[in-house]
Formats: sequence, C-alpha cells, structure tokens
Amino acid sequence: MKFSTRLLFASTALIAAFGVCGCKSSDDSTINIGEVASLSGGTATFGQSSHNGTQMAVDEINAAGGLLGKQIKLITEDDQSKQGEAGTVAKKLISRSKVSALLGEVSSGKSLEMAPIAQTAGIPMISPASTNPKVTEAGDYVFRICFIDPFQGTVMSKFAISKGWKKVAILTDTKQDYSVGLTQFFKKHFTENQGTITGEQSYGSGDKDFKAQLTAIKAGAPDAIFASGYYNEVALIAVQARELGITVPFLGGDGWDSPSLTEVGGKAMEGCFFSNHFSNEDASPVIQNFVKAYEVKHGAKPDAMAALGYDSAKILFDAMKRAGTTEGKALRDAIAATKDFPGITGSITLDEKRNANKPAVILTIKDGKVAYTETITP
Amino acid sequence: MDQFLQQLLNGLFQGSIYALIALGYTMVYGVLRFINFAHGDVFMLGAFTALGLHKLMGPTLALLPWPVSLLIVLLVSMTLCAALGIIIERLAYRPLRDRPRLNVLITAIGVSLFIEYSAQLLFGATQRPFPDLIPRTAIANAGGLTISVAQVIVLVTTLALLAGLRIVVMKTRMGLAMRALSLNPTASTLMGVNNSVVISFTFGLGSALAAAGGILYASLYPSIEPFMGIQPGLKAFVAAVLGGIGNIPGAALGGLIIGVTETLVKGYGQELGIPSGYSEGVAFVLLILILVFKPSGILGRVEREKV
Repeated sequence: MKFSTRLLFASTALIAAFGVCGCKSSDDSTINIGEVASLSGGTATFGQSSHNGTQMAVDEINAAGGLLGKQIKLITEDDQSKQGEAGTVAKKLISRSKVSALLGEVSSGKSLEMAPIAQTAGIPMISPASTNPKVTEAGDYVFRICFIDPFQGTVMSKFAISKGWKKVAILTDTKQDYSVGLTQFFKKHFTENQGTITGEQSYGSGDKDFKAQLTAIKAGAPDAIFASGYYNEVALIAVQARELGITVPFLGGDGWDSPSLTEVGGKAMEGCFFSNHFSNEDASPVIQNFVKAYEVKHGAKPDAMAALGYDSAKILFDAMKRAGTTEGKALRDAIAATKDFPGITGSITLDEKRNANKPAVILTIKDGKVAYTETITP
Repeated sequence: MDQFLQQLLNGLFQGSIYALIALGYTMVYGVLRFINFAHGDVFMLGAFTALGLHKLMGPTLALLPWPVSLLIVLLVSMTLCAALGIIIERLAYRPLRDRPRLNVLITAIGVSLFIEYSAQLLFGATQRPFPDLIPRTAIANAGGLTISVAQVIVLVTTLALLAGLRIVVMKTRMGLAMRALSLNPTASTLMGVNNSVVISFTFGLGSALAAAGGILYASLYPSIEPFMGIQPGLKAFVAAVLGGIGNIPGAALGGLIIGVTETLVKGYGQELGIPSGYSEGVAFVLLILILVFKPSGILGRVEREKV
C-alpha cells in the first residue's frame, strides 16, 4: 500500500513536470530551429564545434534584429554520439518543439537516421558535415553543405598516388557509414590507378585495442595506411602502430578533424595527412575574421566542424529571408535554390542532388599542429 | 609464424588487463555474493584521479624516475578510490543489506549510472589525453616481436596483485573473516566477526584494484572519458563468470581466454570471413559454451542449494 501511494505521487509529479515543459516550447514570437549534435560521447568534439559555430550564427542574426521580424531560437539536442538516439531527438524536436528546420548531424550514420524523419514531416534538414552520399538520397527535404565521400575518398587516393605510394593498407570502422563509404571510394580509385591494397582490416567505434589488426597490416609492409574512421580511434591506432614498429604515415578524411587527434596521438600522428573542408590558416579576410570572432568567444581556433556549423545556419537564414516564410515547402525550395553563397568553407552552390560542390584541402600534422599542405579541386 | 606469435602476445597482454579488472569483481562477489556493477566506474574514476594528480604535481613527478612517479600515482589513486568504494558501500548498499539481493543489484546499476553522469558533469564529455606515466617505448627482440614497456608493467602488476590478493584472502585474519562471511554471514557474526568492517574492507580493496586497473588501462590506451569503464567492465565481468565467479585465479584465467580469443578473431577473422566486429561475439559464444558444459565456470565450485 505504502509503495503504491509513493508510485502514484511520483507519477503525478512526473506528469506535472512534463506538462510544464511541454507548453513552453510552442511560442509564436520566435522561429524555432532544431539542432541535433553529439555534445557528448565518442565524437563529442564534432558536436561541440558545430554547435559553437551554429550558435554563433544564431547570435549574430539575433543581434542584427532577427529574421522575418522574429528572433531565432536554437533548440539543441544531444544524441550522445549514440546510434538510434539522433532519430529519437529529431522526432522530439519536430513534434514537441515544432521546429521549422533541422540542422545536423555531423556524422553520416546519425544524419541517415534523421533524414527520413525530416522528409516524412516535411521539415527541411541541412547537415553541416555528413559526407556519405546516401544522406541526401533520403528525399528532397534533405541537404548538405559539404562535399561527399566519393570526392573525399578520391582526393586521398589521388594524394597517395602523387606521393608515389603504391601499396596501401586500409583500416575501416565498420560501425560508421562514413568510414565504410570513404574506404569504398578510396579503394576504387586507388586500385583503378595501379595501386595495391596490401591488407584490409576493420574495427568498431569505441574499440581501444587495435594491435591485432595492426599486426596483420604490418605483415603486408604497406607504404601508407588509410584509416577512414574518426579521430578518437585513429589517434589510438596511430599510438599503437608506432609501438608495434609501424612507421609509415596514416591517411584519413575530415573525421580526423579534432584537437583530440594530436592531444591523444601526440608524436604518433606526426607526418600523417587528412582531407578537410577548410583550414583556419587560410589568409583570406572572410576566414580570418571568422577565426578571430570564434577565438574571442570560445578561446580556441575554429575547426572545420565549427565553420560548417556556422555555414549551415547562415544558409538556412539566407533561404528563410528569400522565402519570406518558414513554411516547409517554400523554405525547401529556397534552400534548393542556394547559389554561390559566400560561406566560410568556400562558395556554396547546391546541386540537383542537394549536395555542395567544394574543393578539399589536405592537411598534415607537423610539430603537433595541423598545417595546410595543398588544395584539391573537384 | 612471427605474426602468429605476435598476435598471441597481443592477446596475452589484452587478457591480462581484463584479468586485472576481473579480480575486483570476483573478490567482491566471492565475499558478498553480489555483483558490483559500479566496479567499471570506479575503474574510470581511478584513471581520472591519476590524471588530476598528474596535473597537480606534474612538475614534481617529472623530476622522479618514472617507476617511482607511477608508483606514487598508483598508490594515491588506489587509496582515494578505496575510500570512495567504502563510501559507496556505506551510502548505497549497506541500507539494503537485509533486503532481497535483487534490490542491491538494481541499486548497483543505479550507482553505476550516477557515477558515470556525475563524472560527465564534472569532467566534461570529451575524451582527454592521458599522460605517459609509462614510457611509450617498445622492447623489440631478435624474433621481430614487439612488446611495449606498458604491456610488461600491466602483466607484472596483474600477477603481483593476483598473488597479493591470494595472500590477503588465505593468510591474513581479515582474509579468514572474509571467507567466514562468505560461507555464512550469521555464523561469522556469532564467531565475533564484525561483518560491517569486513564488507567495508572488501569494497575498499575491490575499488583499489579497480583504480589500479583504470590507470594501467589508460596508460595502454591513452584517451579517457567518463564512459570508458563500461566496455572493459563488461568484459571483466564475463571473464570473472567464465573463470568461475568468486574464484580469484579463475578470474585471471577467464581474462586471458577472452583476451586471446578476441585478438585472434580480430587478427585472423577477416581471412575466414568473420569481421573483426564479431570478436566480442566469439568471446561471448565461448562463454555460453563453457556455461552450458560447466555452469559454475572453469574453476568454479558447484554449490548445492540447501532446500
């Protein structure tokens, strides 16, 4: 008896608590924009950076008087870098917070969960950095403002060939669509151009020990190793590779872009290369102004995810302004018409497949810092 | 052949870290017949305490030779975590001592989540680099096999703690009390054993072992975050069950079996068409098979239920 009274009390309190939160979110004086980001977990720096960038764009527009006579309200949900969570929070943003558009996710696996939900609800979604081609194939409400994996994988393969590396081993994170896609396109281009793949190994996000895979890779004596996964595992992979006496450089994609890469990887990352969307060393005034403003606010230089987060919000606001409304269909059409938008990460034009065509930069790790090497255009 | 030997070594070292964590699990279970799910989280706190210590006294530690500074960091973190383990027991488990065992089990899961998310609040969610308490050098020998200093330290520490634990349990008065409590708590009280003290001691010792495991694990894989304890905690739990839960040498054996199996599947599975993602699956299938044929684990005793 005592127990059931307590239960009743607890559930009443819960209902009351939720009831109060529920009615706050649908407010007509603001434009609600939903953001799904991995603020914690395995790819936490991605979410935190893109969120910082997005928030900066929102603050700027609100300081300038808002949009369509209203203030922008950014509602951010953390998916904890967990598969499955991104879809749940996207549904919550659409049905409870009544958002006009969705921004996110950085990682392709999570954007693939969100895309069909946004499509069904008729809510435009812009992913800042998901490079897997399948993301925008979910439907005509799903956009991205970055290049895609066939391009990125090809860029790294071209780079390896230009370096004279004939034999490359591959290490893929099979839990990430992003990594699988990158590996696929790298391998295709590399083998078509007389390159040899000496070994293909895989692991899953969250793994810590890669000695078994690296020992197998070492036996093939490659000139370089293509590690298409995310920074957290790649840093540990490099550390363990050096311990096993593997000295060849690692190559990777924009998933390496995080301060953690060099913090954890340290000396092991020296002389490795990865492709990226933008370099904060770029001297152009647009980029340097952004870098300065970001540094003042967050005390660190922006990485590519921050720049892409910023651009994704800017493109959404630009489309809202042109559409003159936040209604789903009109907003979608306006986003689709984005042409030569001057973003931090380059001039952005969305093609008929809702992807952006942009050049990639190759970065290297030198003296513990990320340094610009070259730009490769599509 | 060299490659196979290297893989075997990789597996051996991987297994010894599981074994180290499993020791604490199995000891607490052996005495109290209760699985402390928060073990993996004390493991995580051990690594974070070491990081904090290193930040606080980094310049002083840098002056000392690394084995000395490693020992200082280990001992201080182990002491702090032992205190924490005792506090956890006092606050969360002791009030439930006379309740059904299931209540304590569920509470342990709650404590585990509480520690994880508090740590996330305190330390932030991003991975942090762990300082090189053990030099990152490889000891290579003529056969082309590589072993790192950290791996050797892990193996030595595991063996030392295994022996130490066995001495504590078998040769000391406290160990005698632990065994008495494990056999029959009521009878041990009648014989003048202060059960509360013994239980506190057991938790303290278990938490100290977890902290040592956390620091060595972080030295091998130098990226730490609040949820780092879940995966190794689970593996160690499986290792403990595999070896026969409650049995200390069994936990070590279980850890080694899981480590070697996983490594071999990762290293050779690709050629046989088993993706490396299934390495854990294979380890768990092994667990199921062993439990089917020997339900008490490899070294476990069969206990008759009294009716």
